[in-house]
Amino acid sequence: MLKNYFKIAIAVLRRRKFFTFISLFGISFTLTILMVATAFIDKIINDDYPDKKRDRSLYINKIEQDGKESMNSSSVSYYFLDHYVRSMKTPVKLAVSSNYSTTNTYVNNHKIDINFKYTNADYWDILEYKFLEGKAISSQQIDNAERVTVISEDIKRAYFGEQAGPVVGKYLEADNVKYRVCGVVKNIPITAYMLYADIYLPYTVSKINLKDDKSYLGEFSGIILAKTKADVPKMQKEFDLIIPKLPMPSKEFNVIHSHADSYLDAYVRSGNEKKSGMTYAIIALSLFALFVMLLPTLNLVNINITRIMERSSEIGVRKAFGASSQTLVYQFIIENLILTFLGGIIGIVLSLIAMYFINDAKFIANLELRLNFTVLLYALFICVFFGLFSGVYPAWRMSKLNVVTALKA
Amino acid sequence: MISLKNIEKVYRTTNIETLALNNISLNIAKGEFLSIMGPSGCGKSTLLNIMGLLDAPSKGQIEIAEQTTEKLSDKQLARFRNQKLGFIFQSYHLINDLQVLDNVELPLLYRDASARERRQLASEALEKVGLSNRMKHFPTQLSGGQRQRVAIARAIVGKPEIILADEPTGNLDSAMGNEIMEILINLNQKDSTTIVMVTHDENMAQKTHRLVRLFDGSQVL
Ligand SMILES: Nc1ncnc2c1ncn2[C@@H]1O[C@H](COP(=O)(O)OP(=O)(O)O)[C@@H](O)[C@H]1O
Ligand SMILES: [Mg+2]
Repeated sequence: MLKNYFKIAIAVLRRRKFFTFISLFGISFTLTILMVATAFIDKIINDDYPDKKRDRSLYINKIEQDGKESMNSSSVSYYFLDHYVRSMKTPVKLAVSSNYSTTNTYVNNHKIDINFKYTNADYWDILEYKFLEGKAISSQQIDNAERVTVISEDIKRAYFGEQAGPVVGKYLEADNVKYRVCGVVKNIPITAYMLYADIYLPYTVSKINLKDDKSYLGEFSGIILAKTKADVPKMQKEFDLIIPKLPMPSKEFNVIHSHADSYLDAYVRSGNEKKSGMTYAIIALSLFALFVMLLPTLNLVNINITRIMERSSEIGVRKAFGASSQTLVYQFIIENLILTFLGGIIGIVLSLIAMYFINDAKFIANLELRLNFTVLLYALFICVFFGLFSGVYPAWRMSKLNVVTALKA
Repeated sequence: MISLKNIEKVYRTTNIETLALNNISLNIAKGEFLSIMGPSGCGKSTLLNIMGLLDAPSKGQIEIAEQTTEKLSDKQLARFRNQKLGFIFQSYHLINDLQVLDNVELPLLYRDASARERRQLASEALEKVGLSNRMKHFPTQLSGGQRQRVAIARAIVGKPEIILADEPTGNLDSAMGNEIMEILINLNQKDSTTIVMVTHDENMAQKTHRLVRLFDGSQVL
């Protein structure tokens, strides 16, 4: 039975070469877009370098103060982390780092942009950067405010040259300050914005005295680490209890919001309590997927209806010789799934090519897109969805076709 | 074998009402070869389609092979057609995308039959119509007469008790038409298959057991 469906499906596809081409093009092109997008999202969500302890970490990167008249929100301050978060009982470590900011430096009269980030010692314990040479900034170096730095391999190449040998111990100048390189780490893409930087510095070398500024809003974010995965909800609860007890910074405000989030929640947190980042992210992604899929699906529905009307004689014959409407619906859906799967295979090949070019063109530095199992699984899901969605309505129309009318056409 | 009682068929479109069949009652015995004649548009095809359960009458009862058919579901109807009935159409209605053998196998797809059984039965049916050497051809590579023989093979492959043929020789010249007629007569005599055939050709009709004439939806003979 299935073999027969397959035979007829292939025959029909071959007979209508142009339409087949259009359908396959639509499907495979759509799939390519969706698969590249999926690979991209998958990379951002699931790539856990360098935060391998993600499952027992919570991220604190936004705080919002609301009043009747005003609202302000930004990253948290060093003070907030040091004073309130550090006093929490559940976390075993607290990584503190500033948002990356940009300065520039000159190498052989050639200007290069450098993104730098201040870090504390726990930062290097919680996050597992891969050291290509040297090691992390030690807590002693941080306490002593030593001018040392961990740099990315990209900046090593840009600053010290392509051919540079080991650079640990050498000096890198930024903002008119010389920092001694103590380690070189594997690159991370800018899309991991909470962790990305070109050079990492001890927070103690910052020119601003961080301990003086007592506002909650600042330039920092924190990661708190629980002892075990099971402690994470407890840790989150503890954090949630701190917030209502915070003294109001002024009469202007009457409520403060801040969250200790999982990586994903933190990643998409918008910094506006009324507009949850996650909801927005999901809506945006769904709309994107819907938009990308809508036209090819409608196109396929249309082509399918045409194809069915063309084949009304076949449908009449099959009914006359004992096919029930239900059987015909199955036949048609299977045919359509064969078509979508063919499109899927082409789509996979196209996405491989597309990803190769995207990676090669380095649109986003260090973001290496790959077609992994997850992405393939999504592709399969999209294929099935596509095949069913575009096949069911035409198949239903077909099955309702009156035999006598079908045979007359 | 087939019993029609007070069959009426009305086609209704938005502003026209056509009475295609008017109070037809007909009994066809097992093993009978019946022909239906009448001018174009008199309701011959409509009658045959109703007998074949491809269309429902507006009024009246049908009993085929001891089975009343009013209350059958779509699935049951499909099964019934598959088991008991074989159709032959004027314009053959072969599936051009499939080879001759696959075309003939078609009714068996809707039964429990293994691929080997299907192949076996389809080859036998093609042998009966003298087309064993054309199994791998596509319908478009055959002459009209050959195509109609393939259609006959398809109609008989499931060994139905009844064959309904709507102008099976209508598109063929008289030599080819006679060949087809031979095959049908043979089927009727050897396998005692009940056959109902619509035809325009008096000579063909003469060769059958009984002739029914229709005029304007009514039986006149
Ligand atoms: N689907 C239909 N809708 C409306 N009228 C129809 C339909 N099918 C047949 N008719 C009408 O019913 C009458 C009988 O048609 P038909 O049985 O095809 O005649 P025959 O086969 O004897 O030439 C004709 O007048 C035809 O126009
Ligand atoms: Mg007719």
